[in-house]
Amino acid sequence: MRAVVTVIGKDKTGIIAKVSTFLSEKGVNILDISQTILQEYFAMIMLVDLSNSKEKLAALADECGVMGEKIGMSIHLQHEDIFNAMHSV
Amino acid sequence: MFNYSDVLETIDMVEREHLDIRTITMGISLLPCIRESAESTAKRVYDKVCSKAENIVKVADELSKEYGIPIVNKRVSVTPVSLICAAFPQKAPLLAKALDDAAKVVGIDFLGGYSALVHKGTADYEKQFIMSIPEALASTQKLCSSVNIGSSKSGINMDAVALMGDIIRQTASATADKDGFGCAKLVVFCNAVEDNPFMAGAFHGVGEGDTVINVGVSGPGVVQHAIEAIPEANLTDLSEMIKRTAFKITRAGQLIAKEAATRLNAQFGIVDLSLAPTPARGDSVAQILEEMGLESVGTHGTTACLAMLNDAVKKGGVMASSRVGGLSGAFIPVSEDIGMIEAAEKGNINLDKLEAMTAVCSVGLDMIALPGDTSAATISAIIADEAAIGMINNKTTAVRVIPVPGKGVGEEVNFGGLLGRAPIMAVHNQSSNKFIARGGLIPAPIHSNKN
Repeated sequence: MRAVVTVIGKDKTGIIAKVSTFLSEKGVNILDISQTILQEYFAMIMLVDLSNSKEKLAALADECGVMGEKIGMSIHLQHEDIFNAMHSV
Repeated sequence: MFNYSDVLETIDMVEREHLDIRTITMGISLLPCIRESAESTAKRVYDKVCSKAENIVKVADELSKEYGIPIVNKRVSVTPVSLICAAFPQKAPLLAKALDDAAKVVGIDFLGGYSALVHKGTADYEKQFIMSIPEALASTQKLCSSVNIGSSKSGINMDAVALMGDIIRQTASATADKDGFGCAKLVVFCNAVEDNPFMAGAFHGVGEGDTVINVGVSGPGVVQHAIEAIPEANLTDLSEMIKRTAFKITRAGQLIAKEAATRLNAQFGIVDLSLAPTPARGDSVAQILEEMGLESVGTHGTTACLAMLNDAVKKGGVMASSRVGGLSGAFIPVSEDIGMIEAAEKGNINLDKLEAMTAVCSVGLDMIALPGDTSAATISAIIADEAAIGMINNKTTAVRVIPVPGKGVGEEVNFGGLLGRAPIMAVHNQSSNKFIARGGLIPAPIHSNKN
């Protein structure tokens, strides 16, 4: 199962390091990363594979939200199908 | 890999524009629960709802987290209860209690289907059942009721229309301590649909499968935002933008509906493409119409704007879902829409304009507070007008009005939460008594003879 992680917030040092460390601890494999700065805001989208994840998607999504609050970023982890459904015919 | 704008658009829709799945509604057939006595039937009904809907809240919460999209309501609709208790209608309250208890146990928000279908005639057992509605709604919390009094194929059962005026008044009296709140759980329909996931009018039609998942999407805020982005667009372009937005919203609904059906071991029923407002600012159908260029909803041009909105939502949504049904259109409940509430407070919208609007959208006169002394005949006449619009135009229309005990025009009623607040709206003072007292059936229109 694949999911999309989005990280949005004010740019600062070490965001990618923190997020990828967290994902690696959870057994989540990063397949693709795309990151940019949009009007001073850090925006990153990751495509991740949950096949070896230690936790279910719903629990992981909750934890991403909590971690986001800790580091002052908005972090979402969502099943990739929601984006496939809404943005492709 | 996904592109930024698509991903961020989805997140914006949820976080800033109130995109949500308004409801996952499980339709459950109660026909196999019928037994010789009311007591054993009620037990079977309770058991079936508890077992079929056991996981609906859990699954909805899981899906909501996995896909990152809120699912606001979890509901159940059942076979019209008048059919289940046809052999013992005097004991219908037992079923009301069993259903309400089951709804509380499984943790759903509402359970619909305390309903009767009397569009062509009222059998004695149905009349007895309908008479039980006021007390049933007053003594339960989650139960919702509806009565279908007309259809394009059968005409309008004016005896039932007359009865419902009285039943609405009785329901208001029975819940007078809560400003007539019981009436917010009672809908009178013409052309009721069997797969509607929205309350208070949801019931599970007899032509449906045993257990079905119907999903209602929403997203007035998303549509409003899309229109805001193209302030100078002409109406053709506006319509295209609404279609594209409705497509995206509906695709989310289709995905959730299919997944919910699989996980709940139920048949995937339909996606209802409705724009359902809430009292939150930025989640309003009225504000969409105002964004289109009206100073206030209710002014001249409102009906045209609403007609275009309703049509564009359907065109965009139909392509996005394999099965579309329910009511599918824009809802205009007064108390549940901040734009409507404000227009009503300023006197910019009235009952007559709302009636005209219901000719071009789903569904009808919805969540409108009336003076407490509005007569039963006047309420019946309001129902008859609305049913006539539905019958002639082959569409669903409905009336959900609350004659608020002890209150009059200029005062306000506040139901709280998603049901919102509403200023009491004036009705015409001239009598409709003689018309309603005539009874009988308004025959089906000529265009119903299609065979």
